[in-house]
Amino acid sequence: MKETLFRTEGLSVVFGGLTALNNLDLEIEQGQIIGLIGPNGAGKTTAFNAITGSVRPSAGHVIFQGMDITGWRTHRIARTGIARTFQQIRLYDDLSVLENVMVAGHASIHYSFVEAVVGFGRFSADERRIRSKAEYLLELMGLIDTAAEKAESQPYGRQRKLEMARALALEPKLLLLDEPVAGMNPRETIEFGELLGKLHGDLNLTIGLIDHDMPFVMDICHRIKVIDHGIPIAWDTPAEIQRDERVIAAYLGEG
Amino acid sequence: MLERDRILTCAGVAAFLLFLWYADNYFSEYSVRILNNIAIFMILAVSYNLINGVTGQFSLGPHAFLAVGAYTCAILTLSPEEKLRSFIIEPMIWPLSQISVSFPVSLMMAGLVTAFFALLVAVPVFRVRGDYLAIVTLGLGEVIQVVTNNIVPITNGPLGLKGLAPYTNLWWSWGVCLMTLFCIVRLVNSSYGRAMKSVREDETAAEAMGINAFWVKTLAFAFSAFFQGVAGGLLAHLITTISPSLFTFMLTFNLLIMIVVGGLGSTTGAVLGAAVVTWGGELLRAFEEPLTIFGYYYEGIPGMRMVIFSLLLIVVMLFARSGIMGRREFSWQGLFDWGRLVYGRIVRRG
Repeated sequence: MKETLFRTEGLSVVFGGLTALNNLDLEIEQGQIIGLIGPNGAGKTTAFNAITGSVRPSAGHVIFQGMDITGWRTHRIARTGIARTFQQIRLYDDLSVLENVMVAGHASIHYSFVEAVVGFGRFSADERRIRSKAEYLLELMGLIDTAAEKAESQPYGRQRKLEMARALALEPKLLLLDEPVAGMNPRETIEFGELLGKLHGDLNLTIGLIDHDMPFVMDICHRIKVIDHGIPIAWDTPAEIQRDERVIAAYLGEG
Repeated sequence: MLERDRILTCAGVAAFLLFLWYADNYFSEYSVRILNNIAIFMILAVSYNLINGVTGQFSLGPHAFLAVGAYTCAILTLSPEEKLRSFIIEPMIWPLSQISVSFPVSLMMAGLVTAFFALLVAVPVFRVRGDYLAIVTLGLGEVIQVVTNNIVPITNGPLGLKGLAPYTNLWWSWGVCLMTLFCIVRLVNSSYGRAMKSVREDETAAEAMGINAFWVKTLAFAFSAFFQGVAGGLLAHLITTISPSLFTFMLTFNLLIMIVVGGLGSTTGAVLGAAVVTWGGELLRAFEEPLTIFGYYYEGIPGMRMVIFSLLLIVVMLFARSGIMGRREFSWQGLFDWGRLVYGRIVRRG
């Protein structure tokens, strides 16, 4: 058995009287790709928000690398190695493609703002490192040719990839992708799946993803968690999930 | 290419210093005064742009910080005899009444004290998201005014501080101005600057990328307050008399016009905005005096320049909504490309 990188224990989120997420137990092993699926409003994104600290969990624990990170502030969780992308693309529209990726390098700088102003010390070495890292990632994602253009001028598919490049620049141990292929055509989806598989191998990533594109999810994930109305209903391999009656009922409604 | 840019920048600064030397020796007192004003407003606009334009946090506090800086600097440079003479309502409290330090030291202190004030404001305000900063800084300006009016043993109340030595000359004001530009341009082009811009663009995404938005906003705010405090010190020793009524909201309002006309978020824009608005305001004085336009005698109406100025602003808002520079910055390459474009057009027409 591989070591557990990340797990949640009874993670719940309650908004007023609405239980958006109820008792989610999720376990991700090092190097796994797991999927989180469920009908609209099932609480998938809420789960991601609770894990990354943008929503405060009402109960339960989030444990990452043996540390209890429940209720930590978002930027601190990001620095411990959990990066995410967003369902609605959230880029820094007015910055260039390259700068978007370089922003994530801020977590790893060694120089203080005084050194930045004076220009001595570790400033130049750090800036070079962040820039070359960002260029490497853009190269990897096939975005390097538009590095100097503004993020908002990029077509949709490239914006999605840019968001992922930015997340990768944090050098995450766990990458959470919220609907990475939403809005992509079938050909783009297949390409993205191949790219993700390649990155998973090359960068030794552990990935959690949400998506509605079933062929994509079934193809790429090692294990899948299904939730419905905030309640987890299944946790199995893709092949088993496809046969699970509760899952079929949740998606198609009970006959 | 970079080597070329460095040489050009050095040459530009050298040429500018030469111009300052010429202005210092041969310009009229009035022109020198305008040049000093431009420098001080440039410091203010550039640092104001750091928090409003680059970090995207709407502050209305520069007049408060200017007041804090001006008072700190003035209290520190005034000689004990002068303090004894001018504090006629109540004598100044003890340690302050004896302190008298040199101008550079007091400028530095003015900056540090102002930055400290900014930190006090920033810590509660930036804990929450939203437009609270505007309200709190607006309030701060009023509080500072009331406080300076009432703590007579320190500020001499409504009488203000008089008899400050006129230390501020072209070299001081433009020296500090160039230094401010250097510091802020470097900060904006560093990882800290990128973090500030990311907070402006999307705070949620910035946090998700490991950026402590609270700390980044606080840093930008305190950093800009530092330079506003220094500018306050320069202003105090330029006009040599300060009183609470000097630091009104109109100052902040003028700065806001400068950075918006220049292009919100662009340091180059703030520089241009400060120069255009300060100098332009003086040029428009001509319309308040009798003059003959196209053979038509015009008597001159006091306040006319504000009318024309407002009309110009409306034109800017209508036709150049993102200001002179937008969010672009000056670069030598950009200047050459622009020059080539203009030259090309002229040649084609001719």
